[in-house]
Amino acid sequence: MQNKRAHTLLEAVNVITDGMTILIGGFGGPGVPEILIDGVCELGVKNLTIVSNNAGTDKSGVARLMDVGCVSKLICTFPWAKESYVFKELYDNDKISLEIVPQGTLAERIRTAGAGLGGFLTPTGVGTDLAEGKQPHTIDGKDYILELPLGADIALVKAHKADLRGNLIYHKSARNFNPIMVMAADHSIVEVSEEVSIGELDPENIITPGVFVDSYFVTGRYKVGSGSK
Amino acid sequence: MLLSRNQIAACVAKDLQENWLVNLGIGMPTLIPEFIPKERNVLFHSENGVVGMGPPPLPGEEDLDLISAGKGLITLIPGGAYVNHTDSFAIARGGRLDCAVLGAFQVAANGDLCNWRLPHQKSGSVGGAMDIAAGAKRVYVMMTHTTREGDAKIIAERTYPLTAGGVVSKIYTDMGVISVEANELILEGIAPGITPEEVQSATGAHLNIEHVQEISLNT
Repeated sequence: MQNKRAHTLLEAVNVITDGMTILIGGFGGPGVPEILIDGVCELGVKNLTIVSNNAGTDKSGVARLMDVGCVSKLICTFPWAKESYVFKELYDNDKISLEIVPQGTLAERIRTAGAGLGGFLTPTGVGTDLAEGKQPHTIDGKDYILELPLGADIALVKAHKADLRGNLIYHKSARNFNPIMVMAADHSIVEVSEEVSIGELDPENIITPGVFVDSYFVTGRYKVGSGSK
Repeated sequence: MLLSRNQIAACVAKDLQENWLVNLGIGMPTLIPEFIPKERNVLFHSENGVVGMGPPPLPGEEDLDLISAGKGLITLIPGGAYVNHTDSFAIARGGRLDCAVLGAFQVAANGDLCNWRLPHQKSGSVGGAMDIAAGAKRVYVMMTHTTREGDAKIIAERTYPLTAGGVVSKIYTDMGVISVEANELILEGIAPGITPEEVQSATGAHLNIEHVQEISLNT
């Protein structure tokens, strides 16, 4: 059986190279794979496009990735929060570009990429600034716009537990974007708090089957911000 | 006298019906749940994947992995559920929300909602507002009647960037409660001590004031 466990943080993230697009899970703090992000920061890669709901909190997670200069574009739903001051400073100095996407549209664009679809029609955003340049359609008298899939080279997600096949369960509202993002990248890397043996996760309760997971890293003794030392 | 934030929340709470699934926007709408009578079953949805959002946790029972859309710590009610983001927004867009109570910068007489970006800003924080406003069966707005500078927020035609067109059906403010009908805005309730004429002069669109009743504050 393929062993999906990455034994070091570096081994987990060293597939990442300059210019890649990366989906990063989380909503606010819960579900952000902060330790994987620490690993990416240490790689020193540049010009990443990051897709994430928020623009980072204080100087950790996505904010740290921006702060150390890895990111040239952010695709997100809610950039202007007071805790996202790292992003604001970069944006105000034209050092990062921004694409705003409504939250349900962001989730569905990622899902369609993972599901092998070519896009979808949504009523969200009809008549607004965010519909500019998007094809309008009317189905049964209701107006929609065409939204396109948003896949990526890499997904960095956080889960609660993984077994050796990479089957995942999540924890409370830390689930959020993670089960969708893990489906939508060429290579998906998971940060888990705990590894369990095969059979320990109830198959009825597995949220993400391991077929979507390329590797997982068990955080164990690692603490956020401590890097891979 | 103008209604307090809690008094506006109590007005909205009165109108949230048994067995409704309700989404609350960040800010003032988060005050609403405490005014729902215990015996009335109203279920709250949080866009980040919580169906059955409960009150903030007691000291010592906090879980950093359980937050609301506004990123405050919450609890899950017995029988609540966690879902992923596409399921959460399937609930919103798919018409499962009986009601969404949102804040607003402007509401137009035709029900246009503007709450994601101010015109002078080069960008805004849309979050889930557009999806929820486009998908909920009813969109109620809860806000102050005017801006801090005293400008009307309820107007004949919107001047701010649109969130969703023609969706607002009720507006709850510190001056009263307004129903958005096909052809007119109807002032249904008014804060004690305020006259319909005062509400009209703070409003940028015509109000039908024929049937207005004073809001009862002793609930």
